[in-house]
Amino acid sequence: MLRILGKSLATGVVTEEPPRTEDAELERLGIEVRRHIDRRFGGSLAVREVDAGSCNGCELEIHALNNPYHDVERFGIHFVASPRHADVLLVTGPVSRHMETALLRTYEATPAPKRVIAAGDCACDGGEFGAIYATAGGVEKVLPVDVKIPGCPPSPLRLLKGLLALFAEE
Amino acid sequence: MSRFDWLSGFLAELHEEHILVRRGSRHELAPAHLLEIDAEEWGRCGRLAALAEYRWGGLWADPLEEGFELFCLLEHQGDYLVLQSRIEEEPPRIDSLAPWFPVAARAERHCRDLLGIEFHDHPDGRRWTRHQGWAEDEAPLRSDFSAHRLPKETPVPADGGYPFEPVQGEGVYEIPVGPVHAGIIEPGHFRFQAVGEQILSMEERLGYVHKGIEKAAVGRDAEGLVRLAARVSGDTTVAHAWAACQALERATGQQPPPRAHQLRGLLCERERVANHLGDIGAICNDVGFAFALAHCSRLRERWQRRSDELFGHRLLMDTLLPGGVAVDIGAEEIHLLHHDHAVLRRELEPFFDLLLDQPSLEDRLLGTGVLLPATARALGCTGHVGKASGQPFDLRSAQPYPPYDRLPMETPLLQAGDVLARVQVRMRELLDSLAWMDTLLDGLEPGEIRREFRTRGPARGLGAVEGWRGEVLVYLRLDAGGRVARYFPRDPSWHHWPALEQIVLGNIVPDFPVCNKSVNASYSGHDL
Repeated sequence: MLRILGKSLATGVVTEEPPRTEDAELERLGIEVRRHIDRRFGGSLAVREVDAGSCNGCELEIHALNNPYHDVERFGIHFVASPRHADVLLVTGPVSRHMETALLRTYEATPAPKRVIAAGDCACDGGEFGAIYATAGGVEKVLPVDVKIPGCPPSPLRLLKGLLALFAEE
Repeated sequence: MSRFDWLSGFLAELHEEHILVRRGSRHELAPAHLLEIDAEEWGRCGRLAALAEYRWGGLWADPLEEGFELFCLLEHQGDYLVLQSRIEEEPPRIDSLAPWFPVAARAERHCRDLLGIEFHDHPDGRRWTRHQGWAEDEAPLRSDFSAHRLPKETPVPADGGYPFEPVQGEGVYEIPVGPVHAGIIEPGHFRFQAVGEQILSMEERLGYVHKGIEKAAVGRDAEGLVRLAARVSGDTTVAHAWAACQALERATGQQPPPRAHQLRGLLCERERVANHLGDIGAICNDVGFAFALAHCSRLRERWQRRSDELFGHRLLMDTLLPGGVAVDIGAEEIHLLHHDHAVLRRELEPFFDLLLDQPSLEDRLLGTGVLLPATARALGCTGHVGKASGQPFDLRSAQPYPPYDRLPMETPLLQAGDVLARVQVRMRELLDSLAWMDTLLDGLEPGEIRREFRTRGPARGLGAVEGWRGEVLVYLRLDAGGRVARYFPRDPSWHHWPALEQIVLGNIVPDFPVCNKSVNASYSGHDL
């Protein structure tokens, strides 16, 4: 226990390290996101991530949003286990045909008002996989999409920017 | 012991069984030894290979203008043997190898679903990769099936009627999980049969992220293929791209410059470090030890930022090109990397000690999710899954390809086969990779990082790279114009998924996530 405490104390809070350019931008973006979330969603934005055929690259970067450097929960954004708890669906992948119905059912299970973000080049327009027999070629072929976040995969910072765009649209 | 000294014994056995070897070649699919046999002898030959205890490493078919070539890769004492047979019958039929190698069952089902080849005596007639995206009598990988064909019905309905194996008995209940999971992970379906908290059986249903990668590769040029290969499994982007480059370079008889080999090795080990860091944290988090996740994800983020800074991509995508690599490093970058490695090692050594000295963690990881060495062997598991269960095979030491030929890599080996052993193997691999990269950087050859890649064909090649999950294989055929005619990437997950079904037996349902994470098989790399 002492060693755990020691390690934690010695490491400190990396989230508040002297900001580099990227971190400065993160703070600015994060705080802006927070303002929007406070106004529209009562301080919290529940995100349900759905992999609709991605290569897992996008998932790794979405995970990184939760690491101590980015720590998006401090801005009120949290990932939830069920679409029934979600405000936003964050969808990755070109939508493989075998995930089409599962994605639609997830969308139907999400309570209105709901928003859909297509994250990554594949989700935006099919990306490297394009539209072939096994893929729809982008999320908007299957669902109404509110925001597209390009990138292969989009960096955590770009993902945050995309979330911000969700509010700018309205 | 010299290479292939067992092969003459196998050839003698084939001879004794009156199995005619039509052709043998050491060069066509080097480093594998290729043996062509008649389709009628396929099953008997497989039986002999199973009796000789060869490891089954993959099966794929190549549709030709008329008929098919079927391939099966076997490994023995670190060497590869590829069996090849021509199927001319229509509808195509051949003996199944699944009665001899149970792990071959899904690969054969995949082959049937995509190419329409029937496997005689196959123990499991159910579809595998195919859900409802195309009909039973259609074969997407055949040339008469257009890559851009639309499904008959959109949205494509769920594959609700898939017949799972039922389990009966008093108090037995079923838990369906997925395809959309609770976490931020890839989709797949798990069907648990449980009594109380105990798992009686677990059956996987994959294929949800089938993107038609094999079809999407057809007609691409070399660069396009490597870009696609980099996205077979996003966490293994370097290893898959490297294996594709290797296949291209071997097929066309071209060699990248020595510095490119070294940089590829560096990138691949960086990928290993990033993934092991992430997974060690996530495994501990799955048993409620969030402290480890916080630190591992912090270290992983730092590592990824450095990758972005020096190589232009946080996951190292598109850093490899046919003929070499895309990015070079100079003295300043080498200094930075040495510094990073030293800092990381200084953090990790006491941190790993701390993790291995936590009774609460040990209580959850020790003895959980055991894969017996005999099962690991039968399933042909490689990487951390194999090494934690007594299977030492590692391409970097078994068939040291450059740069591992000049700079050997030590690999860890444990026998316990539980989650803790898989964590320990990852810890060792991580530290080994750091030390190896330091030595590599000290001996970095001067010179170019890429040679012009000239496509030519027809040609065939095999790629084999030790990715962070284990052995990554690639079969490639180029057409007369040098364009891709067939690309089949075999991710180690083809072996790890069946292992997971064995690993969870007798464990409690709440321990499934930690068992799953300790293996961390790829959905995308498997569904293709």
